[in-house]
Amino acid sequence: MRFGFDEHQLEFRAQLRAFAEKQCTPADLRDAWASPLGWSRTRFEALAEMGVVGLTVPEEYGGMGLGLVDLVGLLEEAGRAGLPEPLVETTALGVPVLAQAPGAQGDVLRARWLGAVASGTAAIAVGTSSMPAVPGAEGADLLLLEGGGELHAVPAAAVALTPRPVLDGARRLAGVDWEPSPATLVVSGFEAEGVLRALEERAAMGTGAVLVGVADRLVSMAAHYAGERLQFGRPIGSFQAVKHQLADALVRVEFARPVVYRAAWSLSVGDPNARLHASMAKAMASEAATVAARAALQVHGAIGYTWEHDLHLWMKRAWALAAAWGDAAAHRARVLEILLAHPA
Amino acid sequence: MDLRFTPEQDRFRAEARAWLEANVPSASKGTGPLPSLDTAAGFEAHRAWERAMFEAGWSVVSWPREYGGRGAGLFEWLIFEEEYYRAGAPTRVGQNGIFLLAPTLFEFGTDEQKARYLPAMASGEEVWCQGWSEPDAGSDLAAIRSRATPSPKHGDAWVLNGQKTWCSRGAFAQWIFGLFRTDPEAERHRGLTYFLVRMDSPGVTVRPIAQLDGETGFAEVFFEDVEVPAAQVLGQVGEGWKVAMATAGSERGLSLRSPARYTEAAARLVELYRRRAQGDGHPDPGRAGRCADDVARAVIDAEAYRLHTYWTATRVLSGAGVGPEASMNKLFWSETDLLVHSTALALLGEEAEMLDEDGRPPPWLDGFLFALAGPIYAGTNEIQRNVVAERVLGLPRG
Repeated sequence: MRFGFDEHQLEFRAQLRAFAEKQCTPADLRDAWASPLGWSRTRFEALAEMGVVGLTVPEEYGGMGLGLVDLVGLLEEAGRAGLPEPLVETTALGVPVLAQAPGAQGDVLRARWLGAVASGTAAIAVGTSSMPAVPGAEGADLLLLEGGGELHAVPAAAVALTPRPVLDGARRLAGVDWEPSPATLVVSGFEAEGVLRALEERAAMGTGAVLVGVADRLVSMAAHYAGERLQFGRPIGSFQAVKHQLADALVRVEFARPVVYRAAWSLSVGDPNARLHASMAKAMASEAATVAARAALQVHGAIGYTWEHDLHLWMKRAWALAAAWGDAAAHRARVLEILLAHPA
Repeated sequence: MDLRFTPEQDRFRAEARAWLEANVPSASKGTGPLPSLDTAAGFEAHRAWERAMFEAGWSVVSWPREYGGRGAGLFEWLIFEEEYYRAGAPTRVGQNGIFLLAPTLFEFGTDEQKARYLPAMASGEEVWCQGWSEPDAGSDLAAIRSRATPSPKHGDAWVLNGQKTWCSRGAFAQWIFGLFRTDPEAERHRGLTYFLVRMDSPGVTVRPIAQLDGETGFAEVFFEDVEVPAAQVLGQVGEGWKVAMATAGSERGLSLRSPARYTEAAARLVELYRRRAQGDGHPDPGRAGRCADDVARAVIDAEAYRLHTYWTATRVLSGAGVGPEASMNKLFWSETDLLVHSTALALLGEEAEMLDEDGRPPPWLDGFLFALAGPIYAGTNEIQRNVVAERVLGLPRG
């Protein structure tokens, strides 16, 4: 039993944090909001250069050939930074599907896309039929789309997009019109069920990791503000009503974190309880981020309610991701369902 | 990262499980359950159980062998705790000693003190209670007024006067550890000294206090010219606050509340839910559905506490200390305990308040009453939130 990251993992994470502090400032995020895609290809390529985007791409395709335990801390940093680039979709969701796609079609997909992902020239979006719209569809070079129980890999040129404006300007959604064809089919039937389930589990874990980072940032911002903002002649952070809200939010974040890390480990080793663990992770992370957003806004007061203050850049990400791939209540329901399916 | 236990750890678990299955007092063996440890008879029965564990080497697995342990590691201790709760074994009557005082003795005690106190504590021969709070010093612990003055009769001895309260196990314990003011001129946290005192010392008077369940789970302890030899000072004179905070850290942090209590209760909660959801002769079939979300919350929180403890244990084994983060632990386990038990009561509905044929609260109600104390003892949760806000988040003091 060793529940911690190794030196390389911690070092990589520190590198990403340092990168984000320079390349993903609040001003950069506002630029992303104002940009056509909501994210930056230049920054995506820089992230690929560091090895982040191609982390899960096998080495023979120019990636790092690493796994979800190596990725989970990076996704948390991405959340902390508010990074708008589609890392979860590309690196945690899309690449493993392509890496394991069966048959000659799989070979074609790998040859066409994995190297491009590793070099940061291709981004992936993922859409299932239960989603109202697909995040990151605009700007994605390849879309992995589920329909009728089949999974298809559809190049951007073959889809028609209808933008669906959303609250978080750095995580855009679009309706996707597409036609399944034998040429785009990746898996179908029983096999597709397994691939889609695994994809959902990685999405719960990966989105959970980003949410923990977002929640951590929200609590830090609020703690910083509470230490500076004076009322009644002293910092508002000296009042217990403020302290206790932030302490409670921090506790939710602190205890969500190991649940997310455990899910990454279980998924990476194929633990038989991985689905349960992924749902626990998303339930905890969605809750932590929602609680943190609420506390952070309340502590900021009216300034936090403005467009001008940076708080909303993270708050809106928290709301969007808390609902994505199943909200806390949906995952709690799944946890109970899985536990009850086991005999006492 | 590797979340599997080693083969040695699996063997250790199997050994613990086998011994507990064979020895835990139970109705099926005709040896249990033991009467409540907060009654005179129950206290003695629980001491006998401690003795049996001690003799088999299971009382204090993580302690060095010379004091009655197995020299086992932190994860082995956690494994033992998981098996202990899984087996439904009795509440540890010696918990204030073995989980709170002992880590402090290991850190601050002299070799003589460790040899004198630890084995008798591990065997249940000497049960300890805690003397922190006073009538006017609860959350504001540094306001304590009980004092220790140099003995006029014996050179290096001390004389204690004052009153301690809310001393768990105080009604029956043989020893008490607590803080007394040795320098009346010093500011609050300074001038305090940590004493170890026999409860049968002349001048000690115990007044048991009945708790919510009607039993005398704690006591007031009065000190009137109680002479205590210098050898019963733990740590340096005047440094009692530092020593006491080490004990408080154990209480809030790793050692007192191992995750097994919550994961085991959560597993039982799922089974209670399963029976209720299947009808179980219950007059309100919709009740289970209304409780489903809380059942899942309780299970996930208990699991989160377990994982967080493994995370912390890994850090501790690589040399890190546990600082003010212990207060986050205390907040989380106390809230989790309440969530698990209050959800169970919600599933039970109007049956929840019914006592058993001996007039005792049955297990879920008993657990709920116990859980209600969690946010109060070991420093109220309000104090813990202040600690988290000030010392983890860096907010200014009030």
